[in-house]
Amino acid sequence: MRILAENADRAKILAGGQSLVPMQNLRLARPEMLVDINGIDSASFVMVDSDVLRIGALARHIQVEEARVPGPLGGLLEEVGRQVGHLPIRLRGTFCGSLAHADPAAEWCALLATAKGNVVARGLGGDRVIAADDFFDTAFTTSLALGEMVVEARLPVLSEDWRFGTAFLSRRAGDFAVVLVIALIRVVEEKVAEARIGLGGVSDRPVRARSAEAMLVGERLNRELLEHAGRAAADGVEPLGDLHGTAEFRRHLVKVLVPRALSNAWGLG
Amino acid sequence: MSRATVPVTLEVNGETWDLEVEPRWSLAEVVRSRCGLTGTHLGCEQGICGSCTVLVDGDPVRSCLIYAVQCRDSRITTIEGLAAGGDIADLMEAFSIHHGLQCGFCTPGFLVLASAVLERDPSISDGDLEEALSSNLCRCTGYYSIIKAVRSVRDQTSAC
Repeated sequence: MRILAENADRAKILAGGQSLVPMQNLRLARPEMLVDINGIDSASFVMVDSDVLRIGALARHIQVEEARVPGPLGGLLEEVGRQVGHLPIRLRGTFCGSLAHADPAAEWCALLATAKGNVVARGLGGDRVIAADDFFDTAFTTSLALGEMVVEARLPVLSEDWRFGTAFLSRRAGDFAVVLVIALIRVVEEKVAEARIGLGGVSDRPVRARSAEAMLVGERLNRELLEHAGRAAADGVEPLGDLHGTAEFRRHLVKVLVPRALSNAWGLG
Repeated sequence: MSRATVPVTLEVNGETWDLEVEPRWSLAEVVRSRCGLTGTHLGCEQGICGSCTVLVDGDPVRSCLIYAVQCRDSRITTIEGLAAGGDIADLMEAFSIHHGLQCGFCTPGFLVLASAVLERDPSISDGDLEEALSSNLCRCTGYYSIIKAVRSVRDQTSAC
């Protein structure tokens, strides 16, 4: 921490290196100094601590995917984890590194936002807990201060009345999705008591489709309602276009993928 | 930029190498240019193509995305180590029989990856195998012959 703090304006943390090193090789990132944390074995934990899943700075993607967390969160992590890169990437890249990198289409960033997780940031002054909503500032930019690093991510363990569904569209297996949707609904007496819909790839950071979420509460889900929710979610985003998909195409994907993720969560088949 | 070198001891294919390396050198560069093990191919140098796949402590790793100085305490196995040890004789033969290569540039990376994938899960499903092999790029074969080759080895091994 001292080395990082003393060189805050020129040093980067090197964890899995599956985003930072390609960026260095492409000369998109040119840090003068790397602080390699790979030797810190005590940072590679993934553990449930009462109702919270705690993921250490050095926990690899595959550890999170295979963590067998009890309840719906375990299944969700497995399903989302399988979408992260390829096996060699998942063996090496880290969950917290992905959050700190803050790619707007990153699976774990969208998951943190949807599951209302937190990030524990450490600086020389001590630790602070940052909620997902306050962590992602814009593309590749977080609210970490100079000299701070992510030491842990926290996800609330989901009770059994939660259900999840995901929908992704990527150009090739293992690519970042053009658009991804993670839906979480809490179902009480066959009605939606709480809904969260997280979107990746449609903004400069992961976002929630709040207007669509509000439409679902108190309802039983059916095709018609899901289509309404998809349209509401699509109306609520202002995607940017790039080589992988125009703004219009991304908005269309939100309209199609939100119902698909919700349908998977509800079990419409 | 500092050009200073640092001493590093690497264990590559069971052999110990005492080297002076620049901290910025990737493992791929070091095994190729310092150890002379040129079977590890550098394709994209940005972690996309998988041609540079080696094993680090048994795990398939893109050696263009890891610095040699990070491998001080690790066991590194390159395609040369796997081939010389006879560990992948069946995979090599299957690639030959099923035309799993044409120009051969991606082949070492695919062989290292495939050996690690079968080691992790000898009875891996067709779907998971395709997903795992989609990690690497081949511009000649269209992949189907590579998938067939690895499947055939899986079927021989898991039948025993």
